Amino acid sequence: MKLLKTLMAGAALVVGLGGMAHAQDKTKIGFVYVGPVGDFGWSYEHDQGRKAVEDAFGDKVETTFVESVPEGADSERVMTQMALSGAKLIFTTSFGYMDPTINVAKKFPNVKFEHATGYKQADNVSTYSARFYEGRSVIGHIAGNMTESNTIGYIASFPIPEVIRGINASYLAAKAVNPDVKMKIVWVYTWFDPGKEADAATALIEQGADIIMQHTDSPAAMTIAEEKGILAFGQASDMKQFGPNARLSSIIDNWAPYYIERTQAVIDGTWKSGNTWAGIKDGMVEIGEFSDKIPADVKASATALKDGIAAGTIHSFTGPINKQDGSPWLAEGETADDGTLATMNFYVEGIEGEIPQ
Amino acid sequence: MIRLEPRTEPSRAMIALTPILAVLATMIAGGILFSVLGKNPFEAIRMIFWDPVLGEHAFYYRGQILVKAAPLIMIALGLSFGFRAGIWNIGAEGQFIMGAVIGAAAGLALYPSQSIFVYPIMLIAGTLGGMLWALIPAYLKIKFNANEILVSLMLVYVAFNFLAGMVTGPLRDPDGFNFPESRSFQQWDAASNPELIAGSGIHWGVLMTLGLVIVAYIVLTRHIFGFHIRLAGQSPRAAKFGGVNPNKMIAICLGLSGALAGMAGLYEVTGPAGKLTTTFPLGYGFTAIIVAFLGRLHPIGILLAGLLLAVTYVGGDVIQANLSLPKASIQVFQGMLLFFLLAVDVLVHFRLRFKRGI
Repeated sequence: MKLLKTLMAGAALVVGLGGMAHAQDKTKIGFVYVGPVGDFGWSYEHDQGRKAVEDAFGDKVETTFVESVPEGADSERVMTQMALSGAKLIFTTSFGYMDPTINVAKKFPNVKFEHATGYKQADNVSTYSARFYEGRSVIGHIAGNMTESNTIGYIASFPIPEVIRGINASYLAAKAVNPDVKMKIVWVYTWFDPGKEADAATALIEQGADIIMQHTDSPAAMTIAEEKGILAFGQASDMKQFGPNARLSSIIDNWAPYYIERTQAVIDGTWKSGNTWAGIKDGMVEIGEFSDKIPADVKASATALKDGIAAGTIHSFTGPINKQDGSPWLAEGETADDGTLATMNFYVEGIEGEIPQ
Repeated sequence: MIRLEPRTEPSRAMIALTPILAVLATMIAGGILFSVLGKNPFEAIRMIFWDPVLGEHAFYYRGQILVKAAPLIMIALGLSFGFRAGIWNIGAEGQFIMGAVIGAAAGLALYPSQSIFVYPIMLIAGTLGGMLWALIPAYLKIKFNANEILVSLMLVYVAFNFLAGMVTGPLRDPDGFNFPESRSFQQWDAASNPELIAGSGIHWGVLMTLGLVIVAYIVLTRHIFGFHIRLAGQSPRAAKFGGVNPNKMIAICLGLSGALAGMAGLYEVTGPAGKLTTTFPLGYGFTAIIVAFLGRLHPIGILLAGLLLAVTYVGGDVIQANLSLPKASIQVFQGMLLFFLLAVDVLVHFRLRFKRGI
């Protein structure tokens, strides 16, 4: 009897160890999201990227995610927890996770971190972002052509360079085809708050906007646009299901190729810290299908713009461009360099209002 | 027809037991919720309550429980005095924010001084900031009999927008590329509230919280002020005859709860949060209301309730990551706790009578 027990315990141990060895074969990857995966915008697309990693690597990886993680102290805990549970690669997908990511990365030098939209790197922290402004140029071009009230409404989240860049790029593209165009901007100070986003959309419509753009994560504004019979663009995700009539096109973030590439690098042991800023050319920014409401000539010119940006022959910020106060920024034919774009904190000439300071 | 009939003498044992019964009921109902979502309920409950305290990585989580519990307990202690006296400060979140902003501003005015006086000045400024913010509803109540519930709640939104204005304006980090954040206090020794023992989670705010629990206990049970508070809550008329000035009571209760909320805000922003951002307030001021009631408005009860709620927060993240549960299900679980507490409370104070007709 005693012998049997010993044997069984031994067998259990062997099975247990076998199981552990098997578990260690899998590369664990964690994802931290700022909104719910069901936001059908920003976090949703990051989660699509996670699923693409699972599809691409199958049994070789194991992914986990935590959604709606507040930026700040809580996110640090969530990342630490992932690292403690054996994650080898952690994607932190909001700007506000920047310092927490750096803090946790210091404690876990063997874990690789990928922080979206930030500017602080370390030996085991890469940053990545998409050139969303390229997409803004294309939808700004469409909006400038399509607006009848010559007023575009813009729901902005936080007055950080990324958001200001998007406003400037949209405005420049719209103004290029419609010199009378005006842009109304509402700051909501949140990435994801369907209630506030909807209120902002309503306020913009009351101010005469007949096309809404947004730099927030939920389809709330699209829903309002559909109700009020005006036009809007999908943001981060296509959002067609929320505004079948309202939606003109969309800027879609496609993180899948990058996530697969970085996962492969970790598996191969070739991962290196770096900064990736990819755009339409690399497929990280995609333009959603054009609605039938867009006239054929506008479709053609928008496609040409998109193709030009992809080919590198067109840059969203090409001079002559003055700053809002009238001082010159870019001379005729000059294009903006990445350094200036990364720290952009001014409006271009023609935009009304002030950046909240 | 079901009727609620007040019990003449609610059982003291049952009053003490209600929080425990509520937790048990939450575990059962939560277990059902998790099994409906296709997860093993025992595993889920274990991950929430056991893993953070005694599980594999508990050495890390235990510290994090203290980090989350400290502000909840500190704010709830302040609120409990007012709640006992029937003065309802619902705006602790706003006072928490104002404490952090005013305290941070006082510190940033001295940047980059490394004087040892920087932190005490910030702490005093933060505490006063929270207190003054809470004295607005107090003043309006005393002067115009304005409802302090509404005024204090509305001031939360004012405080939030004040915070947003400050971090995009005067308090923005000049070296921060226009991002809406203040300078980092974690990287400025004189103004930081660091982990005192690496990995323990213990910072100055945690120690202060423990001290305040003891002080609150003594004040409530041994001091004349505690007696007045209890008297005002149980029998306002008797309190008046006993020489308790209701206006003074309003000012003291609101001011005190605001001061503690402001202090908690300052500890948070210089410690775990690290800097002022629009996202640093995590709703501690609102959650503390649950903590105060879960703890029966008693300092020791609040200490335990704060720790319990902190465990469910830390554990909530554990099951989210390990079982792929949606965040909403964990929030439902945490909400059940208050729901069951109130439900059990009703049954302790009332008995159900089943009657025909009216």
